Amino acid sequence: MDDLYRDYILEHYRRPHNFGVLEAPTTSYEGSNPLCGDRITMMLGISDGVVREVAFTGRGCAISQASASLLTDEIKGKTVAEVEEMTPDDLLDLIGIDISPARLKCALLSLDTVAHALADDAAKQAEAQGQTQA
Amino acid sequence: MSDLSTTSTQSRPAAAGPDLRSRRADFPILATTNRHGKPLVYLDSAATSLKPQAVIDAADAYNREYSSNIHRGIYEIAERATTAYEGARASVAKLINAPEPAEIVFVRNATEAINLVAYSWGRRNIGRGDSIVLTEMEHHANLVPWQLLVQEKDGDLEFVPITDDGLLRLEVFEVLLHLKPKLVAFTHVSNMLGTVNPVREMTEMAHAAGALVLIDGAQAVPHMPVDVQELGVDFYVFSGHKMLAPTGSGALWARRELLEAMPPFMAGGDMIREVHLRRSDWNEIPWKFEAGTPDISAQIGMGAAAEYLMAIGLDAVRDHEHEMVAYALEVLRRDVPGIELYGPAADRRGGVVSFNLPGIHPHDVAQILDRSGICVRAGHHCTMPLHERFDLAASARASFNVYTIREEIDALATGLREVARIFDR
Repeated sequence: MDDLYRDYILEHYRRPHNFGVLEAPTTSYEGSNPLCGDRITMMLGISDGVVREVAFTGRGCAISQASASLLTDEIKGKTVAEVEEMTPDDLLDLIGIDISPARLKCALLSLDTVAHALADDAAKQAEAQGQTQA
Repeated sequence: MSDLSTTSTQSRPAAAGPDLRSRRADFPILATTNRHGKPLVYLDSAATSLKPQAVIDAADAYNREYSSNIHRGIYEIAERATTAYEGARASVAKLINAPEPAEIVFVRNATEAINLVAYSWGRRNIGRGDSIVLTEMEHHANLVPWQLLVQEKDGDLEFVPITDDGLLRLEVFEVLLHLKPKLVAFTHVSNMLGTVNPVREMTEMAHAAGALVLIDGAQAVPHMPVDVQELGVDFYVFSGHKMLAPTGSGALWARRELLEAMPPFMAGGDMIREVHLRRSDWNEIPWKFEAGTPDISAQIGMGAAAEYLMAIGLDAVRDHEHEMVAYALEVLRRDVPGIELYGPAADRRGGVVSFNLPGIHPHDVAQILDRSGICVRAGHHCTMPLHERFDLAASARASFNVYTIREEIDALATGLREVARIFDR
């Protein structure tokens, strides 16, 4: 049947893993693809440089939501450095289906949102460090 | 939408017989198939229309036989190019019953036409505290240029809200007119809801309040008779590529005295009468607004498209599309369980049907339909505020044109049931 809509993709869409909110995330970021209306908020709980907890909320197409479900499974327990090193190709491998150019933005929104959340966290820490030094 | 049955009996099924089949043969792209060998079911005409052979030939002939610049050369093919280009202007003027071809300014598309008015007329006529009235159903092209203008001039935008059925609330419009707006700008036909707005009535109201009226006719001109004199409007804009013409063609119509009073929008060659090092005199209208070499072949194609539509007859075009939209509303509601349809009843709309399947994102809908060769639009259709109004992230949209047939709408319904099946399994 349809390569893009394999059972496991639809399963992740219908019952996404890690869907929900963290009470006190270390960092969170809301990413969106305004053109298609995909929207994802990523929340990360980080301690000692490790992503201990992760959750997301959002709405969008099956590809964007399944991608977020798979990605959050993948990064839980990884170090921040490992997550930062993840490339779009790593995520596409994880999703495991051929994504047409028109849908790449849907597939990669989750990773892009995680990257923004981590960048925000890094900026916050740099600022805090600057303040303690001053 | 209780009057569906009455509206479908008004249409003339006989008109969609052999005529329509031979008309489909005019569009070479309809003979093509997709990568799965499925015939093209093109239901995205509101984004851009397909092109008939007559239009393709007209644009092609320019490139093959008389490719030369207009309004300049003294030689044979240059004269032929100028004649064809100005002939296209006359055809486009006739299509909308403009009083004279000189009131038609050729532009790339409706977006450029609105920007032209916003920059040229708007910068001269909109000042601090002046208001412009728009509606909640505008395409971004008839919203963002006005946002830029009022930001620069410290003016205000006001919006006519819509009902849940997608109709403009004229009682609110009446109240907004008490603000004495300088301009009222709205779409003739909504590209998402399909709503056909009461242009003449609203224009009379606006004029009584002292406002000028600009109409975005991108979704109207190719689909119904449009008579700018009868509508009584001041500016009317439309794209060629939505009316069977090549991309890169479009038109602004405005009353002569408005165009003559407006300063140039773009400056350069062809728009001047005399150029000195420190000053210039402008050319006559419409050339005053046509700086630089235009997309000559596309505009010649637009003239051919206007002739093609007039040969079918715009009444027949409207009847056909009305029949298609009434049929689509009926079939989709009956055969696709749970489908959400947006917009007014068939008798108040053009050939546009926007919808959602519950719990399924329109991108997924469009992607699965694509396998069957069915092309629909998925997204916000350049109407984000309108989607916000209905609390929608996005919608899918099927839109029709002179070549649309019932079988294609049946294919859409079948395809949508397949989408639901895939997501429900």
